[in-house]
Amino acid sequence: MIQASPSQAAEPPALPPATLETLPKHQFGFDQARHLLWRAGFGGTPEQIQLLASWGLDKAVDYLVDPSDIPVEEVREDLFASDIMEPLSDLERRRYRAAQARGDEEEIARFRAMRQRRQRDDRQQIRRVQLWWLERMIETPRPLEEKMTLFWHGHFATSYRKIEDSWHMFRQNQMFRSKALGNFGELLFAIIRDPAMIVYLDNQTSRVGAPNENLARELMELFSLGEGNYTEQDIKEGARALTGYTYEDDAFVFQDNNHDKGSKSILGARGQMDGDDFVTAILQKRECSRFMARKLYRFFVGDVPMDPERTSREQNRFIDQLAGVMLRSRYEIAPVLKSLFRSAHFYHESIVGQQIKSPVQLVVGAARSLLTPTRDLNVLVDALDLMGQNILFPPSVKGWDGGRSWINTSTMFVRQNILSYMLTGRMPVGTDRNAREERYDGEALLASLLAADPAAKGDPKRVVEYLLRFTTGRSPTGARDELEAFVASHGGRVSGDILTALLLLITAMPEYQLC
Amino acid sequence: MTDNKAYTRRTFLTSSSLTLASASVAVPAFLQRSAFGMPMAAPGMRSIPGVPEDHVLVVVQLSGGNDGLNMVVPFGNDLYYKARPGIGIPAPQALTISERDGLGLHPQMGGIKGLFDDGLCTVVQGIGYPNPNRSHFMSMDIWHTADTDGTGDGWLGRYFDNQCCGFGKGESGTVEEVSGQPGIAVGRNAPLAMQGRQSKPIAFESPDLFRWTGEDVHESLKQPYDALVSRGEDKALEPNSNASFLMRTALDAQVSSDLIRSAVDRAPRSRYPRTQLGQQLAMVSAMIAAGLDTRVYYVSLGGFDTHAGQGGPQGAHGNLMRTLSDAVKAFYDDLKRQENAERVLTMTFSEFGRRVGQNASGGTDHGTAAPLLLFGPMVRAGILGNHPSLKNLDQGDLKYQIDFRTVYASILENWLKADSEAILGKRFKPAQVFAAT
Repeated sequence: MIQASPSQAAEPPALPPATLETLPKHQFGFDQARHLLWRAGFGGTPEQIQLLASWGLDKAVDYLVDPSDIPVEEVREDLFASDIMEPLSDLERRRYRAAQARGDEEEIARFRAMRQRRQRDDRQQIRRVQLWWLERMIETPRPLEEKMTLFWHGHFATSYRKIEDSWHMFRQNQMFRSKALGNFGELLFAIIRDPAMIVYLDNQTSRVGAPNENLARELMELFSLGEGNYTEQDIKEGARALTGYTYEDDAFVFQDNNHDKGSKSILGARGQMDGDDFVTAILQKRECSRFMARKLYRFFVGDVPMDPERTSREQNRFIDQLAGVMLRSRYEIAPVLKSLFRSAHFYHESIVGQQIKSPVQLVVGAARSLLTPTRDLNVLVDALDLMGQNILFPPSVKGWDGGRSWINTSTMFVRQNILSYMLTGRMPVGTDRNAREERYDGEALLASLLAADPAAKGDPKRVVEYLLRFTTGRSPTGARDELEAFVASHGGRVSGDILTALLLLITAMPEYQLC
Repeated sequence: MTDNKAYTRRTFLTSSSLTLASASVAVPAFLQRSAFGMPMAAPGMRSIPGVPEDHVLVVVQLSGGNDGLNMVVPFGNDLYYKARPGIGIPAPQALTISERDGLGLHPQMGGIKGLFDDGLCTVVQGIGYPNPNRSHFMSMDIWHTADTDGTGDGWLGRYFDNQCCGFGKGESGTVEEVSGQPGIAVGRNAPLAMQGRQSKPIAFESPDLFRWTGEDVHESLKQPYDALVSRGEDKALEPNSNASFLMRTALDAQVSSDLIRSAVDRAPRSRYPRTQLGQQLAMVSAMIAAGLDTRVYYVSLGGFDTHAGQGGPQGAHGNLMRTLSDAVKAFYDDLKRQENAERVLTMTFSEFGRRVGQNASGGTDHGTAAPLLLFGPMVRAGILGNHPSLKNLDQGDLKYQIDFRTVYASILENWLKADSEAILGKRFKPAQVFAAT
């Protein structure tokens, strides 16, 4: 079951293959299935890893990338209130203006109080949306769907902090989910119509004669082409194409009278272009698929720089071939991910176990693979914030940098302590709200470990070895010795409590931050 | 506050520091630089004066929008009393700082008045920025990012990025490692101001939480935890790999944690008020006294969103003024006894001031320009700038006189000795807030 550890000698790391060649079928075992589950999802239990390994590479990849047959809890429109931040009615607006005109302080104060109450209610609702999404990531039977939703949220980063409308954030999130494994082109057409994005990048005030360039610029720089693949002139003309793209209440509207109908020239295309023509011009650029392939690579495979000149030749060639798949499938995402997850490149030793888990990956992954209680989701969301990934509040339109930027001395303790909270209920941040004393049931994991490796029963060394391989994908000698000594000093038998203690120690190891 | 025996990492530090260079354990980045000097400095020990590493900045954030007009009271101006019939500070009670201009501090600010009289305080008047934003979130972000769009990294984070990696505003890059002691924020959340692209602050509510809490589960976990985290790098690991990087950071975290927790264990040299701000500044003072080479500390005080019943000389806003004043006074008394006052510049700010006129609820609504205070022997003591006009208003709000970024520029250039233009992304003429040297 468990393959021998690779040799411990320090050698320069071999480079992954530069092509999309698939992994030979017989090489897909426990470690590879574990890797696939962590990267294409949020990790899994020993049984889930076993099951995927027994299916073989193709079926395992199809199962994750094509989840449409797997029943999932429907996202109902009435989950959240749509009208908290509803604009004032015409009547209300007239009354407000009249009060201002006659200097009616009391009436103005009433309006102000109402607005503040709504804002407070809305801040409470955005918190509920955060909790709901985190829980969905933890519970979903379609992990890649949620993981791609998270990818699109980071790619088309929009923050509640600026837009202050929880319903629009929720709707955007659901839009990402519904197209999570769909077509990138469709997403790009949808994003220029998305009320949350329109507000986030100031397009609601963009009109003929006074275009706002924010959306046009980021549409090319961050969402599709990358720096250096368009000109300042393209931004200016692109902004004109997007004039009049705004929203009313909760829906996109195209304001014909505010739209610039003049002739434009964007990225080599010409005509009376509107926003759709602008997006079409983007999709016709070869650079678009290269840029998106690189972003997907960074999210799923390895933390390469956006600049190809600072990336190894092997990785560049691999990314180019992924881009080729994307182009041939006319921007369908699923075929790209299938090629990626089947490739020998993806399972190469220089790739496996080398990615720093994002805070979401850490928390959701722990809940899904160790089956910890989720306890108070508020504490988990607070911890995500402290670890630098406050979902629905990305730091800027660039999203999260990822990789090493997640890690510093403060976040290291939060990472260790949130695991300690999930395993034992001990608060990570000193507050003591709703501490739930639910016990972590180590027995369940222990049972599934023993089912996977019956010979480990009564052999604590084997249990420690298995635990290390299951949680960190490796079993460093020094750590193994420490953990074995710990078990020995507590009677030498791995009970449920000892298992919890072992997990506390393992999840505090630097290696646990990797997947 | 904590059992000294818990500091096993400290024992590691002192007993093995001489062999660190050759040992094959992971050496924390900041320990490498300072193993023989700073961290174990005796109380009150200082680095060589005048060396920029010596300089410390403490930021005190007043959250919610501080009512500047009741902090620095224009008691010589009738318009003030007309606009604030219920909450204005009566002239005789204001603590006069300029007879000529008719300006005085809130009567609860006796402590700060003392600092002002001793030449340890600058009152910068009418601080703000163009097209003021009255949303708490947005205006706070503008102050934190020093960007009128309120987007991007924090200004102090960019300062650290610039020092460690030479980045300017908006630049990004892949830096392998951030060296040096990051800034420290005392509070539940790390402020945006200190979030750089690469540099992230240490943040803790109480230093006792800046550690692994798993050890509380059972005492026998502490030893294996220490061993696992300080096990050193696996020889099979590439030094440039993420795994290696994580090993070093985990060890760094543990050493920082021990340093900080042992630092705040020291007894302060003055009596601090038992307010949250008082306790936060007591911790900062202890860390300075312990010789941590941290250059920026950040503390905050909330409750300034006084829409209703804010009171006059007494009341909600008065209590906040007393909290601030007493804490800052105790802080400088302490620093003086430590002989560290010359090293420490303190700046207060709030996201906005409040409207000139009081509202129907005996409070004030979100406004614009407000005063900013600077403390320390290095400041150009006195009042800088003119009080904004109470007559020439912008829709009932004060017009700002001094862009806050000129104060940032001055702090960056004259105090932290950094390139303010690269950090702020634009040239701001540094405000003359420091005494001529």
